[in-house]
Amino acid sequence: MDQFKGASLDCLRSTRPVFRGLDFDLPAGGALVLTGPNGSGKSSLLRLMAGLLPPAGGTLSWNGEPVAEDPDAHRARLAYLGHLDAVKPALTAAENLAFWAQLEGADPATAVGPALDALAIGHLADLPARFLSAGQKRRLNLARLGLGKAVLWLLDEPATALDVETISRLRDLIHRHRDGGGMVAVSTHSDLELKDAVNLDLGQYTVSAARAAAEETAA
Amino acid sequence: MLNYFANPRRFMKLSGILTPWMAGATLILAGAGLYLGLFASPADYQQGETVRIMYVHVPAAWMALFCYTGLAISAAVGLIWKHPVADVAARASAPIGACFTFLALFTGALWGKPMWGTWWVWDARLTSMLVLFFLYLGYMALNSAFDDPQRGTKASAILAMVGFVNVPIIKFSVDWWNTLHQPASILRMDGPTIHPDMLWPLFLMIGAATTYYLWVLMLRMRRDLTEGRVRARRQIQAEEAGA
Amino acid sequence: MTGFRAILERDLRLALRQGMDSVMVVMFFVIAVVLFPLGVGPEPNTLARIAPGVLWVAALLSVLLSLERLFHNDFEDGSLELMALSPPSLEVVVLAKVLAHWLVTGLPLIIAAPVLAILMNMPADGFALLILALLLGTPALSLIGAVGAALVLGSRRGGVLLALLILPLFIPVLIFGVGAVEAAIGGFPARAPLLLLGAIFAATLALCPWGAAAGLRQALE
Repeated sequence: MDQFKGASLDCLRSTRPVFRGLDFDLPAGGALVLTGPNGSGKSSLLRLMAGLLPPAGGTLSWNGEPVAEDPDAHRARLAYLGHLDAVKPALTAAENLAFWAQLEGADPATAVGPALDALAIGHLADLPARFLSAGQKRRLNLARLGLGKAVLWLLDEPATALDVETISRLRDLIHRHRDGGGMVAVSTHSDLELKDAVNLDLGQYTVSAARAAAEETAA
Repeated sequence: MLNYFANPRRFMKLSGILTPWMAGATLILAGAGLYLGLFASPADYQQGETVRIMYVHVPAAWMALFCYTGLAISAAVGLIWKHPVADVAARASAPIGACFTFLALFTGALWGKPMWGTWWVWDARLTSMLVLFFLYLGYMALNSAFDDPQRGTKASAILAMVGFVNVPIIKFSVDWWNTLHQPASILRMDGPTIHPDMLWPLFLMIGAATTYYLWVLMLRMRRDLTEGRVRARRQIQAEEAGA
Repeated sequence: MTGFRAILERDLRLALRQGMDSVMVVMFFVIAVVLFPLGVGPEPNTLARIAPGVLWVAALLSVLLSLERLFHNDFEDGSLELMALSPPSLEVVVLAKVLAHWLVTGLPLIIAAPVLAILMNMPADGFALLILALLLGTPALSLIGAVGAALVLGSRRGGVLLALLILPLFIPVLIFGVGAVEAAIGGFPARAPLLLLGAIFAATLALCPWGAAAGLRQALE
């Protein structure tokens, strides 16, 4: 069984400490919901989990192996959803998705159709993405999750700009993913109501600049 | 050993002791070098008194390369081992090196006028110095181009390493270009051996330039590190005001 | 390898659909060259004398102009971070994007160059070498430029800064590129400068994707 773990993680943005000594444990089929006030580092933690941001301290490990030792394998097993939609206006919805499918090593011919349908945008497949609304672009970006082989989903505010119906589709998608042994870490303001989710409140790990400076002087 | 100096507070302590010594060494070396160079050494039988420009020009040209090497090494250390003091050293080296490069170009032009009859010739050395000057400017511009100083430090560190690999290639290409286009009449610098009376002041001036670099480098680094502390203090105040 | 092809195909398709990219670069190239006879005077011998240098400098500036957009759009819309997180390594991503960029901008320059050489009254002996030297030199320019384009991502005043960073690094390519053409015109063997150009191309091919990937990583942090 897969297991994704973080132990005493520190995070710095520029020179500002964001959080310190953060631990998490994400088992196969698990869900981690990140909460906390603005600036508590929800996005930073997800970027750190993805490997975009190197931790200032602590380790991330996958089945006991440090992630940093095999970044190729880590990239191959994760799907990341950020604030930006990464949609090219000049390509059709299907072409946009087919590109990501190819990059992940999935077969676009079989993967794209179902992935679009899972978010109810199958009818928009051949429309150039410049004609899509903000919500539809968001759905197109979410459709990447249905493409393939990623075990670990890292979702940064996935519910933004989505209507109630799409949120419930997203919930279904996540449930199916977890039933198959996948894991998900999600930051959210609006309640996504994932069952058996573990809540991780980042507020408790926040470091004030004053404390950081005091510790540095003591060191 | 690198780890030992990577601690900013330890650096502050050590540099506090060393700075006045470097200042003193600079003054003594430069004083002796200038006296010997300007008064005690003979004029060149070909170039006359203008040869004395050499005592500023050669050390400046030497320091231009020395500073760039220092910059590139500090940048690499900062990037690979994430030593904060190395980052500060790289940033602090750049303006000093740029000034030396400019000085080398400027005195080169002053020397060229009596020797070659023109302020500027596209001599291989002058040209590669000019390119080096651009490399310094590019580094400084990139360093200050980001709102997040951390990004500027990392981006410019990569640039410094790329530039460092490129310096010999550029030098080689400029030499190659110069031999193709070189008008035959130009007097080459590296002619007969230099008289020992001229060598001594030259060495002293090179020593003075090196200690000057270390002196100003430490001053600049101390200022940078102190500024960092002030910024941290401000952040604390902002947090306390907000709380 | 599928990742490499996927990125290449996507970038080419994007360039084809929204792209005036090729046209713009070639137009800039033409206008930049045409300014020289207007500035220097139409005297054929003078033009022939400066033709190789003018063509190379104009080609260099055209490449520079197009480089700013190499990673910029993908950086702004979030595609770049997704590519950085996809299975292919970032070095492969860089290489694919640079190849696409060269096909869209470098290749049209090489096609336009002989026409401009005629306008500049360049002796016919230099034509073959001009094309050959551009074929070796412009990919090296794109590769070096990729490092600069990665470093300036997200900075204030990207374009001018990019020029300041990479024009000095373009100098060896310029020198050997012009050297090859002038050697051919003068009746000397052009082997040495061509080999040096080839060596620069090989070295940039080996080192620049790595440098650009390092630049992109810190831009995406």
